[in-house]
Amino acid sequence: MTPREPGRTGTAVPAVPRQATGAEEHGDLGPGPVDVLLTVNGTLRRVTVEPRVSLLDALRERMGVTSPKKGCNQGACGACTVHVDGRRVLSCLTLAVSCQGREVTTVEGLADGDDLHPMQRAFAEEDAFQCGYCTPGQLMSAVALMEEGHTGDDAEIAEWMSGNLCRCAAYPNIRQAVRNVRDGAAAEGER
Amino acid sequence: MTIPAQIGRGMDRVDAHAKVTGAARYSAEHRPPGAVHAVLVGARIPRGRITGIDTSAALAAEGVIAVLSHLNLPKVAQTPHLIPSLAGTTAHGQSFFPMQDDRIHYAGQPVAVVVADTLERAEYAAGLVRVSYAEEPWVTTIAQGRGDTYEPERIFGGFVPGRIERGDVEAGLARADVRIETTHHFAANHHNPIEPSATTAVWEDSKLTLYDATQGPTATRLTVAQLLGIPPSDVRVVSEFVGGSFGSKAMIWAHPTLAAMAAQHVRAPVTLALDRAQTFTNTGHREEQEQTITLGATRDGELTAIRYAKTSPTSPFDDWAEPSMGPVNRLYACPAFEGVHHLFKAATMTPTFMRAPGEGTGAFVIETAMDELAHELGMDPIELRLRNHADLDPESGRPWSSKGLRECYALGAELFGWADRDPAPVTGAAREGHWVLGTGMASAIYPVYGVVNPQRARARVYADGRAVIETGCSDFGTGAGTVLRQVAADALGMDAEAVTAHYGDTELPTTVAAVGSAGAGAISAAAHTAATALRERLVGQAVTDPGSPLHGADPAAVRVSGGRMVRPDTGAGETYGEMLGRHMTFDAEALGEWAPPGGDEYGMATFGAQFAEVAVDPDLGLVRVRRMLGVFAPGRVLNHKTARSQLMGGMLWGLGQALLEATHMEPDQGRWANPSLGEYLIPVNADAPDVRVEMIEVEDRAVNPLGVKGVGEIGQVGMAAAIANAIFHATGRRFRDLPITIEAVMAPA
Ligand code: FES
Ligand code: FES
Repeated sequence: MTPREPGRTGTAVPAVPRQATGAEEHGDLGPGPVDVLLTVNGTLRRVTVEPRVSLLDALRERMGVTSPKKGCNQGACGACTVHVDGRRVLSCLTLAVSCQGREVTTVEGLADGDDLHPMQRAFAEEDAFQCGYCTPGQLMSAVALMEEGHTGDDAEIAEWMSGNLCRCAAYPNIRQAVRNVRDGAAAEGER
Repeated sequence: MTIPAQIGRGMDRVDAHAKVTGAARYSAEHRPPGAVHAVLVGARIPRGRITGIDTSAALAAEGVIAVLSHLNLPKVAQTPHLIPSLAGTTAHGQSFFPMQDDRIHYAGQPVAVVVADTLERAEYAAGLVRVSYAEEPWVTTIAQGRGDTYEPERIFGGFVPGRIERGDVEAGLARADVRIETTHHFAANHHNPIEPSATTAVWEDSKLTLYDATQGPTATRLTVAQLLGIPPSDVRVVSEFVGGSFGSKAMIWAHPTLAAMAAQHVRAPVTLALDRAQTFTNTGHREEQEQTITLGATRDGELTAIRYAKTSPTSPFDDWAEPSMGPVNRLYACPAFEGVHHLFKAATMTPTFMRAPGEGTGAFVIETAMDELAHELGMDPIELRLRNHADLDPESGRPWSSKGLRECYALGAELFGWADRDPAPVTGAAREGHWVLGTGMASAIYPVYGVVNPQRARARVYADGRAVIETGCSDFGTGAGTVLRQVAADALGMDAEAVTAHYGDTELPTTVAAVGSAGAGAISAAAHTAATALRERLVGQAVTDPGSPLHGADPAAVRVSGGRMVRPDTGAGETYGEMLGRHMTFDAEALGEWAPPGGDEYGMATFGAQFAEVAVDPDLGLVRVRRMLGVFAPGRVLNHKTARSQLMGGMLWGLGQALLEATHMEPDQGRWANPSLGEYLIPVNADAPDVRVEMIEVEDRAVNPLGVKGVGEIGQVGMAAAIANAIFHATGRRFRDLPITIEAVMAPA
């Protein structure tokens, strides 16, 4: 196997956490509704869902957390990107029951009270969106990108942000926002 | 005190905070108490009859409340008649409403609506509805329908003639020294906004509220009211956040009415959201098309004649083709032109507006043909264009209300470094490893469509020093809400930060659907008129108020800045708020109505020049766009930040049009083969180079009060041609069909 050229190979598709089987965690589940306990943006929540319900629909339809967007429901657009235990996942391809006991973070959980996350501020300043429908997913990917260390140069940012479609095509501004936060964080670190 | 000019400043979007925090609620996210879900079932054949519908399994499934089909859906009150939404009235996307009888006219046509308590249950039960069909013969592609074409009298919902002629084309071609004749095939396209269309319908007694993803709340109101046979005043449409549209939400399709009917049937609020695949058969598309052009020119590059024809499929109900001959006819001074549309009836829904409707494809044809002509003549492509510069509108013979195209060429050439370009088309002369490099340019034109109805807004100033501007338009990413604040602030003499914009609701004063790049012109006219009226009223009150420091001043001389009225002679003044407060008044407001003058003294269009640099790997068929530049003259720019974003988005749409976007028809199935975001390719981040956008402000006193010509489409218009011309420059090969696929570039020349 050839070693990875840093940051330029591999796939930009976010990893999906291994889906725990129902039997592992609760014994047999379904087909009727089951209770799932999960933490959403720091709050422990209980949600009653059939095992077929995606994390995306559990959040949007049952928990009133509507920032994760449904662009395709097929894993193709990234609009539904959220963090599960700190990693970006496509919530349309993640079953809610597999998130039992996990920590889910959405854009609603990025800000610290009234203080926006630097990435949120940068998106607003750089006009990194138009309609805003892809934006929560872009933000969750962009924040994860920083953690993953994939912000080395523009090509790397572009590659690792390519799992999030933006039909308004705000891409250059999205890259600019990510650069601003990266450079801001670096400047912060030097101080 | 001076404050920055409110119009033009690149202020952040008014809804930026809502969009980055997740607070923005889109149509499917309104969840009224008791709301249930409706899911469409689409026809599996392209043409024929329904012979039976078995809903028993679906009805027996858990959570299912109702299944509606042509057997039990109420009839619509009126057969719809297609009228483009720019007309400001009903905006049926096609002259057809589904589920009225057993006829099937296109694959995916709604045949049933399943309503259940949860989305999963409705989706599951939709798969249990058993429909049997008797299929009848059909055609869906140009290859199949070519033999049955006819020449429509009018196209584009009756707005555009099917044939345009002027001058003597035969004579012009006869005296030409050089002729260029090309044929192009363009794949069908789908808009694919990231938010699929959705409607939440809520009945309260006889009043209906629709949360609808639309480019025109009023268009939704009028259309749904007509179909339901209820007064428009009983229908309220709320559309504050819309997740992109690009034309797919410009016309009002069946689903908002079906949502309202379903909600009536089950006596509960209903959300009907299309899934991605359903958007391909429920919200229109850009039709597959074939275009041919013949250019005649003298040796020194003067055009003598243009002959143009287009063939495309339309629906059984309407004569629709996007008006692609516009740019072919209007970009250059040419004494003779003949353009004709040919249609054939196909088993598809009525095609519709899609960003740069007509101009995107037509400009590709004329602008690549001009590149071929320049090559043939050994002339610089910009020089050829300048020689044929249209000083008057070739279509009408009238002067342009404003133009600026020469300035766009000049600035574009300078910024792009056009002078350094090796003018001789090369075959891989410029190399970088496997990559061969090339550059190309093209002109862009997009008409300024005149709106026909009065445009209204209401302005209000509060005694606390804040103001509100209200109009019913929606903001689907255009920046409409943001520029409303700026326009109102400018007229009121206030900071835009002190102005709140209310929009996206039919209970607010009416403006037309934001389509055809006409939205900014219409709403800015309305907001400017309302805010100016309010300022005049308040200044008028101050100069006649004995208690005011402005008493007795000449109202025309009074300046307002930061909400403070000042008489220049003495420098004395007071704020709006101080005056209102003195009179124990909490607020003051004015309704403004701009009546479009509707004159026809001018040709009106927006112009631009676009440049691209590409790298091509001929062995792998890869085309990478490395650099994009667009210089545009869109009249007055209301907000440089949001306008730049729109133009940049349009240019990247041009990249998609050139290299990626195609919806393919299964020729033996009569349905779209790739209705998903995995298989309908749109540009991703890694496809998009940095894009440079420049705007040249040209003054235009004819189009509307502020001289706003719009930026929604012009960015796309010439981009695909510039890219194709750059590919020619790099490889010496002409790719005339769109998209220019990897397979095509790889194939031996
Ligand atoms: S909605 Fe999950 S990837 Fe598109
Ligand atoms: S902002 Fe509209 S899809 Fe990205």
